[in-house]
Amino acid sequence: MTGFRLADGGRIDRRTKRNFTFDGKARWGYAGDSLASALLAQGQMLFGRSFKYHRPRGILGAGVEEPNALVTVDRGPGRKTPNLRAPSVALHDGLAATSQNRFPTLKTDLIAVNNMLSAFFPAGFYNKTFMWPRAAWEKVYEPIIRRLAGLGDSPTTRDPDHYDATYAHCETLVVGAGPAGIAAALEAAASGGRVFLIDEQEEIGGGALSDPAQWAWLAEASAKLAAMDNVTVLPRTTAIGHYHQNFVVAAQRLTDHLPVDEAEGPREKLWRIRAGEVVLAMGAIERPLVFEGNDVPGVMLASAAKTFALRYGVAVGRKLVVMALHDSGWHDALALHKAGVNIAAIVDLRREIAPELAEAARDARIACYPGYAVTGVSGGQAVNGVTVALAGVGKGQKLECDAVLMAGGWTPTVHLWSHAKGTLRWDENWGAYVPDKTHENLRCVGACAGDWDFGSGLVRGLLPAPKPLHESKAFVDFQNDVKARDIGLAVQEGFRSIEHIKRYTTNGMATDQGKTSNLNGLQIASGVLHRPVTDIGLTTFRPPYTPQSFGAILGHHKEALFQPLRKTGIDDWADAHGAVYENVAQWRRARYFPQGSEDMDAAVARECRTVRSAVGIFDASTLGKIEVVGPDAAEFLNRMYTNPWKSLEPGRCRYGLLLGEHGFIIDDGVSARLAPDRFHLTTTTGGAARVLNMMEDYLQTEWADLDVWLTSTTEQWSVIAVQGPKARRVIAPLVEGIDLSPEAFPHMAVREGKICGVDTRLFRVSFTGELGFEVNVPAEYGRMVWEAIWAEGEKHGAAAYGTETMHVLRAEKGFIIVGQDTDGTVTPDDAGLGWAVGKKKPDFVGKRSLARPDIVAAGRKQLVGLLTDDPQAVLEEGAQIVADPNQPVPMTMIGHVTSSYHSATMGRSIAMALVAGGRDRMGETLHIPMPGKTISAKVVAPMFYDPEGSRLNG
Amino acid sequence: MLLIHCPYCEEARPEVEFAYGGEAHIARPVDPSTYSDEQWEEFLYIRSNPRGRHHERWRHAHGCGRFFNAVRDTVTDVFETTYKAGEARK
Repeated sequence: MTGFRLADGGRIDRRTKRNFTFDGKARWGYAGDSLASALLAQGQMLFGRSFKYHRPRGILGAGVEEPNALVTVDRGPGRKTPNLRAPSVALHDGLAATSQNRFPTLKTDLIAVNNMLSAFFPAGFYNKTFMWPRAAWEKVYEPIIRRLAGLGDSPTTRDPDHYDATYAHCETLVVGAGPAGIAAALEAAASGGRVFLIDEQEEIGGGALSDPAQWAWLAEASAKLAAMDNVTVLPRTTAIGHYHQNFVVAAQRLTDHLPVDEAEGPREKLWRIRAGEVVLAMGAIERPLVFEGNDVPGVMLASAAKTFALRYGVAVGRKLVVMALHDSGWHDALALHKAGVNIAAIVDLRREIAPELAEAARDARIACYPGYAVTGVSGGQAVNGVTVALAGVGKGQKLECDAVLMAGGWTPTVHLWSHAKGTLRWDENWGAYVPDKTHENLRCVGACAGDWDFGSGLVRGLLPAPKPLHESKAFVDFQNDVKARDIGLAVQEGFRSIEHIKRYTTNGMATDQGKTSNLNGLQIASGVLHRPVTDIGLTTFRPPYTPQSFGAILGHHKEALFQPLRKTGIDDWADAHGAVYENVAQWRRARYFPQGSEDMDAAVARECRTVRSAVGIFDASTLGKIEVVGPDAAEFLNRMYTNPWKSLEPGRCRYGLLLGEHGFIIDDGVSARLAPDRFHLTTTTGGAARVLNMMEDYLQTEWADLDVWLTSTTEQWSVIAVQGPKARRVIAPLVEGIDLSPEAFPHMAVREGKICGVDTRLFRVSFTGELGFEVNVPAEYGRMVWEAIWAEGEKHGAAAYGTETMHVLRAEKGFIIVGQDTDGTVTPDDAGLGWAVGKKKPDFVGKRSLARPDIVAAGRKQLVGLLTDDPQAVLEEGAQIVADPNQPVPMTMIGHVTSSYHSATMGRSIAMALVAGGRDRMGETLHIPMPGKTISAKVVAPMFYDPEGSRLNG
Repeated sequence: MLLIHCPYCEEARPEVEFAYGGEAHIARPVDPSTYSDEQWEEFLYIRSNPRGRHHERWRHAHGCGRFFNAVRDTVTDVFETTYKAGEARK
């Protein structure tokens, strides 16, 4: 192929030159060119190397269907985009494009040796060949295959661009701004409703851009649309998917068409459009034909050659042969002839050609070969001739040419229709699936509705050929290098459904989603199977319609905006005091407070010792809190929790255990009865929203007769835990109106009064086993009260402690953490919490399940303590436990470690574990196999420190 | 994204405001202790999973907070109707 710029014609601006580079070489084109048209005009024929065989490839199409000419555009650090289709890349000054998938250069590709070995790379080759030895897969086969295969290179640096996003609403959304789409938009706009017209190309017009006769109309229509206030026209905007109820997501490219130094603002904008009616005017894509050599650079779609000539003023060659099965090929040939492109011959497998077409061709002195098929293409990196044979039989004759145009009929673009679950109907005349029924307010117009007169044609993808199928190199899917014979092989090996044939051959699975290959693949499979196309099925189109940047999909949801970070009122103090944080259910929590050069172990050991020997202060504000109010509040909690609540007196607290109806623990927390009709509930930090949802569910749907209100108060309270033998002395000077004496304020009691002059709900509770208080104050006073307590605490040698120390201290006491020591399959009895289940209660959520056969069966996993034989060995949480370390692999695993720490208090490691029949194994030695060693540990009660609970009283 | 009509707010709102709540009209027995293991299993785990009309619960979690019932076609995802909790099966 030796393309050149025609003397006139096209929508390019011949007075404005654009300089760009391709593979580092300086090139130029005109304003209005695409990268493909500018390169074709300069005689470039080779655009890329194919995926599997590294065969030289040229341009196939003039739009987004292009499978071969994939390029990487480099717009500076972090702005390298691979796999862009050259026909869809708008030319601008300074554009730097490179070809892909070649090594070392496009012209000399060493890996093209695959092509010579292609007989050894049939469908399923990788699956069949690289199976054994198994170990070689990861180390040998996969790295090699990944190097050879793959399209383009992923960016390795951070994307410096930002991406915008918006919602829009309209009465009518028209997707595709060809003649049918423009007409639909004008009609909808006349009614006064809001109209969106979006189109993926640089300018609106669609097919009309390749038809100068329509340009006057197009200009008029564009001006009319632009003048209407109720119409929004978005070019460079791809509707990537249709979702439920006419929710269409479209990506608008804002800056990629501009020189780098002129690009300002966001790179892309994602539109989420909800439309009353969606009109799809997405057009149709021409189908290639499948014949020997149909992938030699210079073999392309007839419609593409027409677009290059009439829209861009570029002839794709000096002497063209058209291989048509369809009238549209003749029309395109005649249009090209009129534009000054030399058409040497039209070959058509049909013997009968419409007389007016045959006559027009004769008048244009174009040789016609009715009843003939192209059976071969000569040329390596460019076409230099074709062989044509009558009915595709025999040796045939050679025709000299430098480009071959294929006109295989048309495939309506039904992608978005299918996203919307619209059904498709096989249309014999089109040889394609066309839209049938939908439940959305959605319709197709123009070519994508099968409503466009392209004339008629034969319906077959594979041309007759003298070679048997299994010897031919006729390509179906250019991007994934799938040949017709691969489909034949798949059928021969027993695949029947197109879904399986597709996956085995990878036909239609490349980044173009088979826009030019699906229908040909179907028809070839149908031919080999001797079954109608409609019996083989159709693969499903899924969003996005064309490859889409992650940036636009992410939009503003990155970095600090990726997800909310919740901070307590005391967070600033922790930050100022060097806290190391961990995130818990979106909360940022201080994990420990290292001093000097302390690492985590040293800091946690010091914090633990300080709590046990003096006093520690802990920010527990993230605890979930629910205010339960109403005359039936106690009755409600009695039904929700395993524990009895009605007998709880105001001023007292209780540990509550919450099950699902399945009988498994889902949450726990200490709650207080403030008044006969008012409870202050606490939940786990992560479970707050879930528990409130569950309680609302029961209240609204099962027990709507109960008079109870639930309010989330998690963020209304700052909670300061003061724990340790000196806890009372620390808060005493600050508290007013509450008698703190042990007699007046026992463990598990709550009092209301003031602290630092602020209203408080003061809990006497302990998650450490020490004398402890939890000071609840309105959130806005949290920092002030914390600082006052800290100042008092420092007089007593207090330490601030974080979640890690909290975990160790509670584990020393065997207190569980729901979600760590339980996993959704643990019952109260499994966790050793049978005492928290009200035996006399007739019912509560989950009670019935506690009598289910599997739950009362022996051998369930039970929570136990583990003490390693080596006191310094700290088990890994999640490690599996076995009874006999010498049994053959795979071993029988009888449980796993749930919590494990070094305990400074005990001077050794401690662990909790769920072990089958655990409570019957007290004193037994179990084994924890780890890489390179096996750790042994003794089963003990899950209570390591102060089992009598004497320290609770300070 | 689905548009869901909240029968309490009397407005169609986007799906992100709602939380799915499983199959509807599965009432918790007044006295579960009278249920056999088989009946309890049925209540806990057995769901109809129809192809077509499905009665299901939704909660307007980021709106009024109310649970309500809906009839949705599981093939097309089209909502036939939504109605308040406690109203008869539609």
